[in-house]
Amino acid sequence: MTMQKANSSLPGPNDIYREVLPNGVTVLTRSNFNSPSVVVSGYFDAGALFDPDEKLGLADFVTSALMRGTKQRTFDQIYQELESVGASLGFNTGVHKSGFNGRSLAEDLPLLLRLLSEALTAPTFPKTEMEKLRAQLLTGLAIRAEDTSDMASMVFDGILFKGHPYSRPEDGHPETVTKISRAELAKFHRGHYGPRGLVLAIVGAVKPEEAVRQVKRALGGWQVKGQKEAPALPPLKLLKKTVSKHHRIPGKSQSDLIIGTTGPMRRDPEFMAASVGNNILGQFGMMGRIGDVVREKSGLAYYAYSSLSAGLGPGSWEVNAGVNPQSVKKAWDLIVDELKRFVQEGVTADELADTKANFVGRLPISLESNGGVASALLNIERHDLGLDYYQRYEGLVNEVDREAVLNTARKFIDPDKLAIAVAGP
Amino acid sequence: MKNNHTETILSNGLKVLLKEIHTAPIISSWVWYRVGSRDEVQGRTGISHWVEHMQFKGTPHFPANILDKAISREGGSWNAFTYIDWTAYFETMPADKIDLALRLESDRMSNSRFEPDEVASERTVIMSEREGHENEPLFQLGEAVQQTAFRVHPYHHEVIGDMADLRTMTREDLYNHYRAFYLPNNAVMAVAGDFDTQTMLARIRELFEPIPAGEEPARLARPEPSQNGEVRLSVEGPGATSYVQVCYRFPVASHPDFFPLSVLDSLLAGPSNLNMFSGGISNKTSRLYRALVDKEYVVSVHGGAQATVDPFLYTITMTIHPRRKPEEALAALDQEIQRVREEKVSKEEIARAIKQARALFAYGSENITNQGFWMGYAEMFANYNWFETYLDKLSAVTAKDVQRVAHEYFKPQRRVVGTYIPAEGRRA
Repeated sequence: MTMQKANSSLPGPNDIYREVLPNGVTVLTRSNFNSPSVVVSGYFDAGALFDPDEKLGLADFVTSALMRGTKQRTFDQIYQELESVGASLGFNTGVHKSGFNGRSLAEDLPLLLRLLSEALTAPTFPKTEMEKLRAQLLTGLAIRAEDTSDMASMVFDGILFKGHPYSRPEDGHPETVTKISRAELAKFHRGHYGPRGLVLAIVGAVKPEEAVRQVKRALGGWQVKGQKEAPALPPLKLLKKTVSKHHRIPGKSQSDLIIGTTGPMRRDPEFMAASVGNNILGQFGMMGRIGDVVREKSGLAYYAYSSLSAGLGPGSWEVNAGVNPQSVKKAWDLIVDELKRFVQEGVTADELADTKANFVGRLPISLESNGGVASALLNIERHDLGLDYYQRYEGLVNEVDREAVLNTARKFIDPDKLAIAVAGP
Repeated sequence: MKNNHTETILSNGLKVLLKEIHTAPIISSWVWYRVGSRDEVQGRTGISHWVEHMQFKGTPHFPANILDKAISREGGSWNAFTYIDWTAYFETMPADKIDLALRLESDRMSNSRFEPDEVASERTVIMSEREGHENEPLFQLGEAVQQTAFRVHPYHHEVIGDMADLRTMTREDLYNHYRAFYLPNNAVMAVAGDFDTQTMLARIRELFEPIPAGEEPARLARPEPSQNGEVRLSVEGPGATSYVQVCYRFPVASHPDFFPLSVLDSLLAGPSNLNMFSGGISNKTSRLYRALVDKEYVVSVHGGAQATVDPFLYTITMTIHPRRKPEEALAALDQEIQRVREEKVSKEEIARAIKQARALFAYGSENITNQGFWMGYAEMFANYNWFETYLDKLSAVTAKDVQRVAHEYFKPQRRVVGTYIPAEGRRA
């Protein structure tokens, strides 16, 4: 295997086709005829950022409701079509964008796109279905309240993003979801759903021109007047000192611990250095330095790792661990010590070389399935990375040096100003 | 594109399956051992899973801190899984780096060290893993149901093992288990991806054939006696949500009835997805969804069978609607079970199940790791032909077959029903 062949398997301008339809819908597509299947993924500007505080969970309720009945079909008819051919389609809600993921055999792509179009453009929010859905959402929230990992994450966001929309859970709270009316669902859809900002990636056993033709037929005629612009993000107030909170969930065997801080935005120049640094801190091998100290050396946790979530706004840079309730303080101290070491000493030349090799080597594996390629295409579009991003990727990774990692770590991580959340007994 | 596979048995008994796939510069290498929680006696439950953990703790040639970094450095992804019947290790690597994975697997087939201090730190890691499971109501319920369904057979206990045994097992116990089961004649190697078969086979011979065969591992022979009467149990724990699990006894995957039962599963609860590296599909038009979720007895229902060596279970899991009682959901479930046992299913429903299976197969074939997985996985409970002819066997299923197996396997006298009762009680 030559490097040339490895590179040519990566998506790039030579095999990604991109077209913006006259109504604003953007289509990215890449063919893969190795398997008779196809993936359709995408996003649109109707995330939870639009939710009023007292109706938190509204955007999520809407995405959950899109396939519960449309002008053309009932809930049961929609899924009858979809499931009869072994296809799937589902929607999800983010803070900025909501999205969808679908897959089918290539022969059923027209059906998949038609159902996607009907769900996006013509949901009817039938009353009885909405009440069934509400009960399901509320049960989900009751289960969330018992989940140490979910609750630690919610508490952590509450500390780190206090006063900012990022502090709010997209799926809302029982008291807000209870109050959302059917009329509000329909109004949210009318005001926020439209072709502007809608991006689709289609990857699989279909030619680009055919994929675009099918999208045009399904969504090319969609027009919406007065589609609302996303509100501007307020500035984030950074922590002035370490703030910690313990959320009690009685009867549990394990506590979840999250320790972290604010991370870069995806488009920040420091993103790649932060990403490389994070890999060394809590990913590489068996969960990096954090895994080595908390799991391998101390045997305190099955999982202990760090992660970076960098999106359109400031993200988080956090360490997560699941530990015995008796060991929380011990793990906490070990993690804070590692963060201190990380910002004082930075990383070694060997660690840096390992991570660079890891980033470059794993890329083809992350892109082997249609779903992996679709995510990559959407990543390119969302963050304006350029169609040649994955072909330039090796160079971008190799530009990162030890100094960049150290400076980035120091810019974002202050071991005296951390958000610390614990959920458990 | 050449997609035929080859099978070779080395002189030491190691079975090697190779499949060239030249769609991406990737190779996925798998080693499967016929050892799982079914090979564990009381006092040593969880030992197979713990041995799997120790396989990441180094050999003289690949010490622990070298091992985990070596694969990552080359951009590989690797992991291992312990199940009731088997333990599997895989590395998916850039094609030009696969030799590292082959060397590593041949080395740790017999040279793992099991250092006492590594055993000690892994003990608490696994206890922590178990505590994480214990946080989940469905783990608590599933464990109770399984131990009730299997009084005699070693499927009795969870793969993770009982806390009592995790506290007391010794380094010698672990090492002896490793030496008894990690043998070339008790293993299957499956490699899929961008390679030349002859070159790959030669390299595998070079690395694995020197490992001597061992004595065929002794197996526990404790078949579960027949169950004569429904068993019900309950588990209480924190939370506000009730769950019910209903388990029926199912045949082994190599049994001809497994195929009509797969069709039945598809129309009752939506198709089970046996792929390990590819998602499934929704089940909102399955009979149970329509009867239970649409009618608001439950907020979700799932069903699934597993492909096993000895007869195992078909499990239906229901998350009870906050305004309903578990008994009401169970009564509604029983009506549907009754219906499928008494009324013949339509040809359309069968055709639909087959199309669903065809789609799931296509999704699974997108990724090379999943293709490597299937070659070894199928060998554990049948053989690769089982996988290759799966769709044909499904296509041969008739409505009469489905009704017959529904009648035979979905008997109320042969099931276990478990209920998770939340401490907060019902909300309504």
